[in-house]
Amino acid sequence: MRVVIAEDLALLRDGLTRILDAFGFQVVEAVADGPSVLPALTRHRPDVAVLDVRLPPTFTDEGLQAALAARTQFPGLPILVLSQHVEQLYARELLADRGGGVGYLLKDRVSNVGQFIDAVRQVSSGGMVMDPEVVSQLLARNAGADRLGELTAREREVLGQMAEGRSNAAIAGRLFVTEKAVSKHINNIFSKLGMPPSDDDNRRVLAVLAYLNG
Amino acid sequence: MDSSVRAVVWRWVRPGLVAAGQGTAVVLLCLPLNVVLFVLSVVSLVLIPVFGIGFALFPAVTVLVRWSLTLQRRLSRFSRAPIASPYQPVPADAQLGTWRRFRWVVSDAATWRDLAWLIPGAVTGTGCLLAAVLPFYGLEGVLLVPLLLYLTTDWYGYGVFWPLDNIVQAWSSVPQGLLFLCGGLAVAPWLVWLHFRFAGFFLAPTQAQELALRVRHLAATRADTIDTQAAELRRIERDLHDGAQARLVALRMSIGLAEELLADDPARAARLLGEAQEASGQALVELRDLVRGIYPPVLAERGLDGAVRALALTVIPPVEVEVELPGSPPAAVESAAYFAVAELLTNVAKHSGAGRAWVRLAHSGGLLRIQVGDDGRGGAAFDAGSGLAGVRRRLAAFDGTMTVTSPPGGPTVVTMELPCELSSRRISPSSGTG
Repeated sequence: MRVVIAEDLALLRDGLTRILDAFGFQVVEAVADGPSVLPALTRHRPDVAVLDVRLPPTFTDEGLQAALAARTQFPGLPILVLSQHVEQLYARELLADRGGGVGYLLKDRVSNVGQFIDAVRQVSSGGMVMDPEVVSQLLARNAGADRLGELTAREREVLGQMAEGRSNAAIAGRLFVTEKAVSKHINNIFSKLGMPPSDDDNRRVLAVLAYLNG
Repeated sequence: MDSSVRAVVWRWVRPGLVAAGQGTAVVLLCLPLNVVLFVLSVVSLVLIPVFGIGFALFPAVTVLVRWSLTLQRRLSRFSRAPIASPYQPVPADAQLGTWRRFRWVVSDAATWRDLAWLIPGAVTGTGCLLAAVLPFYGLEGVLLVPLLLYLTTDWYGYGVFWPLDNIVQAWSSVPQGLLFLCGGLAVAPWLVWLHFRFAGFFLAPTQAQELALRVRHLAATRADTIDTQAAELRRIERDLHDGAQARLVALRMSIGLAEELLADDPARAARLLGEAQEASGQALVELRDLVRGIYPPVLAERGLDGAVRALALTVIPPVEVEVELPGSPPAAVESAAYFAVAELLTNVAKHSGAGRAWVRLAHSGGLLRIQVGDDGRGGAAFDAGSGLAGVRRRLAAFDGTMTVTSPPGGPTVVTMELPCELSSRRISPSSGTG
C-alpha cells in the first residue's frame, strides 16, 4: 500500500516512515512543507496520505488546508490528519464532504503502533477514524440534547466506540459483550435517532457523526 | 533684490506681520466681545431665579461665548501657543431651552473656565494692541508722515520728541520709525504668544487633569498586567513542575528499570514499559492543556476568526458566530480577545441557562469590537472575584473596555472594545508542529 507523508519535524517524519515501512506500507514520498503536499499527492495518487496539520512556511493549518484541497481535487482520496491538538472545527471540516476515507488523530496515538496502523488501514479502505477526544467532546456537547437523551448509557458507549471507527467485532471485544448484542444496540441507536439502518460500517458512523455535528 | 535675500527677509518679516494681524484681530475680538459677553453672562445668571428666563438664556449666551472663544482659539493656531478645544459634543437630547441643556451647560467645567477668562482675557488682549500698533507706528515714521504733519500743522510729535521743535527732529522719525518697525515686528509674535499662553490656562482642556487620569490608569493597568503575568508564569511553572516534568522523571525511572530487568525478568520489563507508555501519554495530555492555556494552537493556526468558531463548537448552547474582520489584530490583542470570549462563553454555559448565544467580532474606527450575548436569565455578577472582573482587568492592559448589560430575566450582552490596527495577512512567527 502506497503512502505519502507530510510532517515538518525530521524526527517524526522518519519515525512515521519507519513504522509504516515495518508494517508493509510503502512510503512513496515524505514531504516537509505545505506547498509540496498537493503536487506529491497528484504525482503519486497514494492509497492513503498522512498529513500533519501545522506545516511550514506559515506554521498555521497548511496541512489541513492541503488535505481539504486534495479532497476536492481527488474525491474520496483517503487522508489521515495528525495534530498535537484536536479541534471540533477541523473534524467538522474534514467530515464535510461525507466521502469517507477520513481520519483525524492526535499525534500521541502513533505511539500505540498497533492501533495507529489499524487506523491507517481503516482510512485507506474508505473507513473513518476520529480521535477519542473529538468523539468524547462531541458526545458531551450533545449529551443534553434531546436526540441523545433517549439513548441508554450503554448505547451511548457503543455510539462513542463507533465514532472512533471501531468495527462491531472490536466494539464487542472492548465492551465484553457479544457481537450480536452490539448490532442490536446499533440498530436501537439508529431507530432512536431516526436514521435509516445501514449495513455499511463506515457509512453509518459517518452518518452519526454528521448528525451530531449538526 | 536677490531672491534669496528676499526669502530671508520674508522669513524674518512674515511672523511679525502675521502676529500684527493676529494682534489686531485679538484686540477687535477680545476687547468688545469679551466685555459684552461677560455682561450678558452675568445678566443671564442673575436672571436665573426670575421666571426661569435665565435657565433658557444662560445656555444661549454660552453658545455665543463658545462661538466667540472658538474663533479666538482658531486665531491661536497661527501662533506658537495653539489652544485645543475643551468642549464636549452637546448630548443629542439637550436642545436649547430645555432643563437638560441647562444642567449640561452648568456641569461642564469649560463653561466656567470660559467665563473666568472673559475679563482677564480682555486685559491681556489689550497687550496685543502693542503688537498691532508698534509696526504701524514705525511705518508712519519711516514714511515721513511726522515731517509732513509738522510742516502743515505746526504741532506734532513722534517718538522721543513731543512736540517736534525743528526740522532735524522731524527728520529723525525715519531712523526712529525703522527701529519701531523692526522692533515691533520682532516683538509682536512674542506678545501674541504671551496672550495665547495666558489664554491657554483658561481655554485649553485641563491637560494636567487629563494626564493625571491617564497616568493613574496606566500605572494601575501596568501593575495589574505585571501581577497577572507573574501569576500566570507561576502557574505554568507549577503545572510543569508537578505535571509533565514529574511524569518524565517517572518515565525515565521505569525505562531504566525495564532495561535492567530485560534479561532476567522480561515479563516485568514489559509491564514497566507499558507503564512508561502510559506515563508519557499523561505527560502529553498535560502539556497539551498547558499549551492551550498559554496560546491556543487553533489561534496560531486560524487566527481570531477561526479560533472563536472552534471555541463556539465546544460549548453547550449553540453559539452563532459572526465575524467581520478585514485583517488580523496583533497577536497579543487576538490572544486577549480569545481568552475574553472563552471566559464569557464558559460563563454562558455555566450560569446563564441560555438556549442560544452569539459572538460578534467587528473592527471599525481603530477599535476591535467584540460582543458576546445570550438569551439566558441575566443578572450576571460583576464582583471583584468574578470572571467578568478578571476579563475587564486583562482587557485594560490593552486600553480595552467592557460593558455589561444583564438585567434580571436577560438577555445578557457583554460588549468589549480593544483599540488596535488590523494587518492584512497573518504570518505566525512561531514555529513547530501542529
